[in-house]
Amino acid sequence: MSEAIEQSAPAKVETPLQRFVSDYTDNKISVLAFIVLVAIIFIAVFAPWISPTDPYDLAKVSIFDSKLEPGAKSMDGVTFWLGTDSAGRDVLSAIFYGLRISLGVGVMSGIIALCIGSSIGLIAAYYGGKVDTLIMRIVDIQLSFPAILVALILISVLGKGVDKVIIALVLVQWAYYARTVRGSALVERNKEYIEAATCLALGNNRIVFRHLMPNCLPPLIVVGTVQTAHAISLEATLSFLGVGLPITEPSLGLLIANGFEVMLSGLYWVSFFPGIALLITIVSINLVGDQLRDVLNPRLQK
Amino acid sequence: MSVFIIRRLLQSMIVVAVMSLIVFVGVNVVGDPVDMLINPEADQAEIERVIRDLGLDRPLHEQYMYFVANAFKGDLGKSFVFGESALKLIVERIPATFELALTALLLAVVIGVPFGVYAGMRPNAISSRTIMAGSILGFSLPTFWVGLMMIMVFAVMLGWLPSTGRGDTVEIFGIEVSFLTLDGLSHLFMPALNLALLKISLVIRLARAGTREAMHQDYVKFARAKGLSETRVILVHVLKNIMIPVVTVLGLEFGSLIAFSVVTETVFAWPGMGKLLIDALHNLDRPIIVAYLMIIVLVFVVINLIVDIFYSVLDPRVRLKDAGQ
Repeated sequence: MSEAIEQSAPAKVETPLQRFVSDYTDNKISVLAFIVLVAIIFIAVFAPWISPTDPYDLAKVSIFDSKLEPGAKSMDGVTFWLGTDSAGRDVLSAIFYGLRISLGVGVMSGIIALCIGSSIGLIAAYYGGKVDTLIMRIVDIQLSFPAILVALILISVLGKGVDKVIIALVLVQWAYYARTVRGSALVERNKEYIEAATCLALGNNRIVFRHLMPNCLPPLIVVGTVQTAHAISLEATLSFLGVGLPITEPSLGLLIANGFEVMLSGLYWVSFFPGIALLITIVSINLVGDQLRDVLNPRLQK
Repeated sequence: MSVFIIRRLLQSMIVVAVMSLIVFVGVNVVGDPVDMLINPEADQAEIERVIRDLGLDRPLHEQYMYFVANAFKGDLGKSFVFGESALKLIVERIPATFELALTALLLAVVIGVPFGVYAGMRPNAISSRTIMAGSILGFSLPTFWVGLMMIMVFAVMLGWLPSTGRGDTVEIFGIEVSFLTLDGLSHLFMPALNLALLKISLVIRLARAGTREAMHQDYVKFARAKGLSETRVILVHVLKNIMIPVVTVLGLEFGSLIAFSVVTETVFAWPGMGKLLIDALHNLDRPIIVAYLMIIVLVFVVINLIVDIFYSVLDPRVRLKDAGQ
């Protein structure tokens, strides 16, 4: 699509990408949120290399360093900027590793849900009729139950484990993608280029995935960011409740749950800082998503 | 109208049937049914007796019929941990959960409406912008973490409020309630506020939007022209009109409060049905899990049904569109 616009427009006019960037940078807070988000992703990807200590290396963690306040120094002179937990692990390093797991699970479930949900949505929109009615009824019914409830039902049926949590998150999210894609695909389906593609006798699959799909992308990107934030929050909640990830995968939710046990004796930092990390992650994704919605909305474009 | 209700009723019944099938298949096929339904401490003779009793040696469709027939009799199995009827255990916990959810609903209105009206009256003031930023934060904050921080500040650091449990309860109509004793109220406040946070943000937004719209309406101008005080215009005329969408949306959100109470109940050790579910998941107390899921699905289907009917009464387009399909 972008190529077509570039060819038809005079050379002086900015490309869609340039326009997108300049629209996005209009709002300073969104730019800040984007920078924070990039930093968080960087930390998540490179956690093992940039963490001050390895919190899960039993040889390096010393019980003598346990329950230290933020800013205290360890026996070997390492500073624990955010304190240590009851096992002597550095909270800052644990947060870095936790971000890796939380973001990993959130993003992976988001991508799978996006693929499945948007395919189902496209099928509903393209074929219409009974198929559409049936799919959308299922979507409506699922969306009438809160996400946390659907997730709890699935977890109680599936059991615990990383794969189970991802399956549950995918099943919670797919309906949002399906509904979004169907909405925009219904509008796109009646446009000339689909008619042209049909006249060229292209196959159904080709029309749906090569022609219809790319034009439904903008709203999908917006829903994708918001849903990923939602998935991260939901995973943290499930893990906190002890029905999410196993203790071998210490995500931010598990770190907070871990801190809950010692919080009543005054060690606030063990669950306070992972919560702040979770909050910053969710808020920055939501702010970026908000701005994307404004920028990608064709009705708001000049 | 009656066609619409019958259609919706039918759909609700299908949802319950499908859910019972999913739960049944989940418990009996995905996992080992013997493992799931029989107390792990039972001996061999006991296991064989229970297998025969539960009909686990029969084909799956017969087993499902058996499960459904028992469910209609109100028998969803006995809890492994408590040794009592799972259904009875859950029904006993319902009042605690409903008390928490209703209090949260009340707090959402009492806190959300004044802030929302204030922000709607002065949309550009810094104080209003702060309120709106706060409401965005309210949407993003993870509920359970906020609960922990509340316990940290108000129970551990300041020692103002108790951190766990329900406190003293009083019995009315055979139902135990906390809100009639001072001790019960002090226990109720923090969990209810925690559960209400998301809804407070929602009410602030609704009330703000409603107020902004109402301020330009003729009836407000007329009330002012009559010489009514600004307080009276806001408190009587504007408030009455913005309460309609607020009450409608909150009614819709009651179900989600019950669902989210699972989280709040766990944080504050509130003895409701959500806490029972989480405990059952930890103890692998399967009959409780099955019974909880069936009850909660039933509660939701009923809530959705009421909302649908309520909506179709308010907005005729809904039922016309549905009849047209």
